Parts: sequence; structure tokens; C-alpha cells
Amino acid sequence: MADDKDVLRDVWFGRIPTCFTLYQDEITEREAEPFYLLLPRVSYLTLVTDKVKKHFHKVMRQDDVEEMWFEYEGTPLKWHYPIGVLFDLHASNTALPWSITVHFKDFPERDLLHCPSNSVIEAHFMSCIKEADALKHKGQVVNEMQKKDHKQLWMGLQNDKFDQFWAMNRKLMEYPTEEGGFRYIPFRIYQTMSDRPFIQKLFRPVSPDGHAHTLGDLLKEMFPAAIPQDDEQKKYQVIIHGIEPMLETPIQWLSEHLSHPDNFLHISIIPAPSD
Amino acid sequence: MYQTYCIVTAGTSEAGQILPLFNMSENAESPTEIQKEEPSTVPPPAENAGTNEEKKKIDILLKAVGDTPIMKTKKWAVERGRTVQSLSQFISRFLKLEPSEQLFIYVNQSFAPSPDQEVGVLFECFGSDGKLVLHYCKSQAWG
Repeated sequence: MADDKDVLRDVWFGRIPTCFTLYQDEITEREAEPFYLLLPRVSYLTLVTDKVKKHFHKVMRQDDVEEMWFEYEGTPLKWHYPIGVLFDLHASNTALPWSITVHFKDFPERDLLHCPSNSVIEAHFMSCIKEADALKHKGQVVNEMQKKDHKQLWMGLQNDKFDQFWAMNRKLMEYPTEEGGFRYIPFRIYQTMSDRPFIQKLFRPVSPDGHAHTLGDLLKEMFPAAIPQDDEQKKYQVIIHGIEPMLETPIQWLSEHLSHPDNFLHISIIPAPSD
Repeated sequence: MYQTYCIVTAGTSEAGQILPLFNMSENAESPTEIQKEEPSTVPPPAENAGTNEEKKKIDILLKAVGDTPIMKTKKWAVERGRTVQSLSQFISRFLKLEPSEQLFIYVNQSFAPSPDQEVGVLFECFGSDGKLVLHYCKSQAWG
């Protein structure tokens, strides 16, 4: 477990260099310079972009400013997905920095949820944790926590405090040794090729005969096309936190170490680049 | 058993595909029309529902929390691809809530699923006895 703690740190401190540019049709009083920021992969766009908002507000008239939203190459970016998921799904294999366009008008109601304050992000985040725990422990662990414990998880994420977050989160990662894992693995599989938000089903970490299920086993059941056949070229990349984990990796280990702070294992499936 | 069984008619395009997010409630027929369309007899249990069309739907049991008005019809058949947001808009209209009134929906009496989540996913993960129980509330009830 000592070595695995490094994995948790690496995941937590993952950053994406990003360049924010104001949308060309926004009206400004002076020229809007781009704004650069290192975005934490495990956080949410609307939680870490106060500086971006202030930066562009300075060159705009108050009347021209509505709710801020983000877009990448024509795709509105959903703030309620973790930043790393948005990047892996939409911008893998592109040059850094990640180039995000900032809008203050024409909020795309069909695609995005409103985010009027951080309390909306907090509610969403805690809801995800509860949903994940419902899958992992029938919700028992999160329900036994006190209000201040829930707050500690949120404050840990909001203030980028690894130790504060993990002191509490490790309780959500426990399971009875004899069972070899959680009840079900909280996972979500995203694809760019589909209009559906994501695939989420019940999946156990251990097979009835006691074998540890792997990432490959999960994909075989949920998205078989993602597993390359011997004689054909790889069609898809399966990405978690910017890497392609080996398909032989036990899913329980991935759930414990590569889940986002919301306790879900977010898996992006994207078309393999043709070179 | 449940007294009545109704179908939440989501807007479907001509091709029979479910319309994108947030659009559905605009096209959803009013509850009264639905009841006219669907006889008020108790239908066969979902497991025996014959056609493929029926299989695409899931059964949802809606329960009010606190002082939120109850719905006379509690059990609804809903398309799997329908979103929580669109279901919530449907309930708000059914209950004739003011536009300013919020509606919260909960699974397992514990978490509020994201508005863009599909009810089919929730059914797969949290349904039991062939139905998904959702609680709804005008104020935040849990968490």
C-alpha cells in the first residue's frame, strides 16, 4: 500500500496547462488577452476559474456579461464532469496547452447545467459520492459520516488539500477483506461517438468463482469494441487520467486508486488516432 | 398493487428517437391526455409486458416527501433514455408548481442524481422488484 499512496498523489496533483481565450464575438472595451492556468484534473471547471472570470470581466462592460461558460472546438464543456474527463474525452492527442474558449452570452441551455454558485458544485459532488457509496457499500459508509466529515471531503477538494481529503476518503475505500472488493464498482464510461451521457451499470469486482475482474472484463461487458482483436488495428483508446491502463489491471485496484474524488472511475473511450 | 398505471409520453421525433435533453417536456402531453389515452385498468405487470416498445420503458414509483403534494398516479412507465431533468419538469407540471418552485429528486432516499442522468441508468443500478423508486421534494430533503 505504501507505493500505491504515490499513485493517489500523482492522480490528485495531475494538472492540464490551459489557455483561455475570449470568444471572438464577445464585446470588449479593450483587447482581451488570453489567460493561462494549470487546471487540476480532479476538480471542476467552474470551481477553479474565478481568475479567468475576473480577467475577462476587466475588459468587458457589466451589461455584456452573463453566466460564464466554456467551449472546446465547438463543444460546450460540462462543468459537472471532472476537468480531466473533459480533457481526455475531447482533447486527448492534441497539442498543449488546451485551448478553451470563454463565453459570457448565449448560454447553451440544452447542453449545460447552470452553475450559479459553488454550493451547486458542492451539492453535485456530494451527490456523486453518495451514489458511489450506494454502489460500494449500500450507502452505509457515507451515511455513518457526520456533516463535518462530508464538509471535509468537499473542503479538501475545493482547497486542493490532498491530506485533508484522503483522511476522510480512505473510509469510503474500505471493504471486508473476505469479499475482495466493493459490492459494485462505481464507474462511468464516456464516448464521444454517442449522444448518451455515459454507460453506468452494476459490475462486481470479483467473479462468482473468486477471480478478480479486470478492466478488460469490464470493457468486454460494457463496450466490447474497445478491446482490440488480434488481427486488427486498435480502433479505440481507453483512457483514465490521461493514461491507457493495461487491460489486465484489476478493476478493484483501479477503483481504489484511479477514481476521481467523486469516487467514480471515469473511463473515456475515444477513437484511436490514425497515423 | 398500484391503483393506476400511466405512461409518461416523452416527445419522440418522427424517427422514433428520443429528442435531446431539455426539449422533451415541451412536447410531453399533459397528464389528463395521457390518462385518456391509457385506460385506467390495471395493466399486466411489467415483466409480462409484451411488445419491444414496452421493454424500452421502465417502471418508476414516485413518492412525495414532506409537505410536497402527492400525485394521485404514483406509478409511471418512462422511457429509459429520459433524463432526470425532463422527469422533474414533468412532475412540476403535473403538480402545477410555480416556475420559481424547485423540485428535488432523490434515489435511495439519499442522493440527488444529476439532471442529465438517464432514468434507465438509475433503474439498472438502483431499481428493485422491477421498478425504480424516486422521492421528490420541493425543498432539499437529504444531504
